[in-house]
Amino acid sequence: MASSAIPNLSARIEEDSRPLLPMAPEDEALLRPITATRPSFYYLAMALLGITSFGLIAWSIQLRYGLGTTGMNVPVYWGVYITNFVFFIGISHAGTLISAILRLCHAEWRRSITRAAEVITVLVLFFGVGSIIMDLGRPDRMLNVLRTPNFRSPLLWDVCSISVYLAASTLYLYLPLIPDIALLRDHAGRFHRFYRALALGWSGTERQKKILNRAIAVMAVVVIPIAVSVHTVVSWVFAMTVQPMWHSAIFGPYFVVGAIFSGIAAIIIAMALIRRIYFLDAYLKPVHFNNLGLLLLVMALLWFYFTFAEYLTTFYGNDPTHLVVFYSKLTGRYAPAFWTMLVTCFVIPVSILARARTRTVTGTVIASISIQIGMWLERFTIVVPTLSEPRLPWPKGAYLPTLIEIVITLAFCATFIFLYMLFTRFFPIVSIWEVQEGREHGISEVTERVNSYMPATHS
Amino acid sequence: MPRWGMVIDLAKCTACQACVVACQSENNVPCVEPSEAARGRILAWLSILAEPEGEYPAFRLRLLPVPCVHCDEPPCIRVCPVGATDINAEGTVRQTFARCIGCRYCTNACPYTRRGFNWYRPEFPGDLNQALNPDVSVRPKGVVEKCTLCHHRLQRAKEIARAENRPLAEGDYLPACVEVCPAGAMYFGDLADETSAVSRQARSPRAFRLLEELGTKPKVIYLAKGEWHGGE
Repeated sequence: MASSAIPNLSARIEEDSRPLLPMAPEDEALLRPITATRPSFYYLAMALLGITSFGLIAWSIQLRYGLGTTGMNVPVYWGVYITNFVFFIGISHAGTLISAILRLCHAEWRRSITRAAEVITVLVLFFGVGSIIMDLGRPDRMLNVLRTPNFRSPLLWDVCSISVYLAASTLYLYLPLIPDIALLRDHAGRFHRFYRALALGWSGTERQKKILNRAIAVMAVVVIPIAVSVHTVVSWVFAMTVQPMWHSAIFGPYFVVGAIFSGIAAIIIAMALIRRIYFLDAYLKPVHFNNLGLLLLVMALLWFYFTFAEYLTTFYGNDPTHLVVFYSKLTGRYAPAFWTMLVTCFVIPVSILARARTRTVTGTVIASISIQIGMWLERFTIVVPTLSEPRLPWPKGAYLPTLIEIVITLAFCATFIFLYMLFTRFFPIVSIWEVQEGREHGISEVTERVNSYMPATHS
Repeated sequence: MPRWGMVIDLAKCTACQACVVACQSENNVPCVEPSEAARGRILAWLSILAEPEGEYPAFRLRLLPVPCVHCDEPPCIRVCPVGATDINAEGTVRQTFARCIGCRYCTNACPYTRRGFNWYRPEFPGDLNQALNPDVSVRPKGVVEKCTLCHHRLQRAKEIARAENRPLAEGDYLPACVEVCPAGAMYFGDLADETSAVSRQARSPRAFRLLEELGTKPKVIYLAKGEWHGGE
């Protein structure tokens, strides 16, 4: 392209004559998803894109006729789309937050799972934002949030924090990818230009490694407060209004806990699939599932604590406008959703995860699927019951999603899975260089660290 | 600067719904098919609220016509991400249809549930299409709309007063609902003017506001029915 520029050309020649980065033969398995495609990949991709196209049809119907094609009504002005928004943004906490925390804690077992988690974060954010766009009556005017912003609106705070989060977590995904992209440039045997451009001239020198590790450490610290702010602000969309059972000071931390909870569950499901489809049992071992399962157990208990605190204060406060919503969840129209949520978010996961014997790969996956269902229902029972019970005795609202809303929701899930699959076809889903680094330096580092905790035994 | 407000005397109101119909036709509020209405898709800027009081056998319904109550501290305008709703200097809460993105955050933040949404493209079947009020724009699908206190009538009244070279007088500007009330139960005018009928009525010991405890400071004020003393 810019071959006329001589310095550029000489730089390129220099780069092309540079020795290839070493690739440990024992880690060849991590490149196999990229170098060899099985036909099953195409079948699955077609099936997923089929669901996506149904979603596009549903959306075009909704655009043509208006939001009247959904189940929303007066006074339930928000339904499945806003539930999906909170749910997807919640899952996005998987990655970045967990991977950032584990990195900062020098948890050695993180090495093979961080990538899988970070990709979830970046991809799922698009579907969170997409859910909001599905919910708009006038999506053609959505850029009004930039043209005429009202900074007093919690929805605008969302726009700000989610944009920052998307930028930061994309960078946080990309930085640890650079050495692996350089490996692909030298070993993948295809898309050479693509990988070379993205590798930014990585040649694995000590200086480059030092800068990279420094940048990753900085991003890990930066990304944590941003992630916390994102779900706090999402909760404030509800908590800043005066509506019964939305107007709650506990919502910020409650939502963050729920987000990390569903995020960890999402990582476990993704890891189990990757392990199975790409035969990576050697990298994603039962111990990883065990450790994440323990984290999940802690989050399940925390989630229950927050839920209990929230509902007990509402009940004890005895404010009639709040109690109407309270009872619609506990004994009324939304009781099936509420009690299913309690069973799937607490009873099932805790009884599986509390015992080491059931904290296996299968066990943690069952718990995680149960949590995904439960956390979606949790968001639903926050959004809809409050709206169904207006303060003034207007006719109350019942809400059931229509086929349009269900198809769009399924299409979102399918498209997310498709993009995730696509990522694994172009980039190693287990970080190769970090696993190598763990092999080379991790053990001595850990020994050194443990020794530093101990009283000196010799002079 | 005037502060436009309304007083509704429940002792006089017969809940005949003339105000509801007048509002609908004055402001080009679209008709909703019965099947859609059954799904809770009714769009009305002013409707009658039936508030149950007491228990059988002392049970009765209190019927209140409720437009947007035009709060001095409106919870709806703060939450709009694009500033499509605001309160003007005269205290009227407005909606900019051309800017609204249809996120319905304002409809959910309003504790009075007094904001409507265009679930479909508005329809005016049959001859209703010919009966549209040319002073009021028809809203597109997908935006929120609400009571404007017949703002177009205020503009017209101001223009007439200016043409006649006189200040705006009491009664020059009345929203359609107030104008048609056959029982004379609705008063409208400047709450800042202490001598106006509406502000005298607003100081009545019978006066109350809806959901006063929320601190929204509505400018639609009700006069309670009170006990029947055999007089009046």
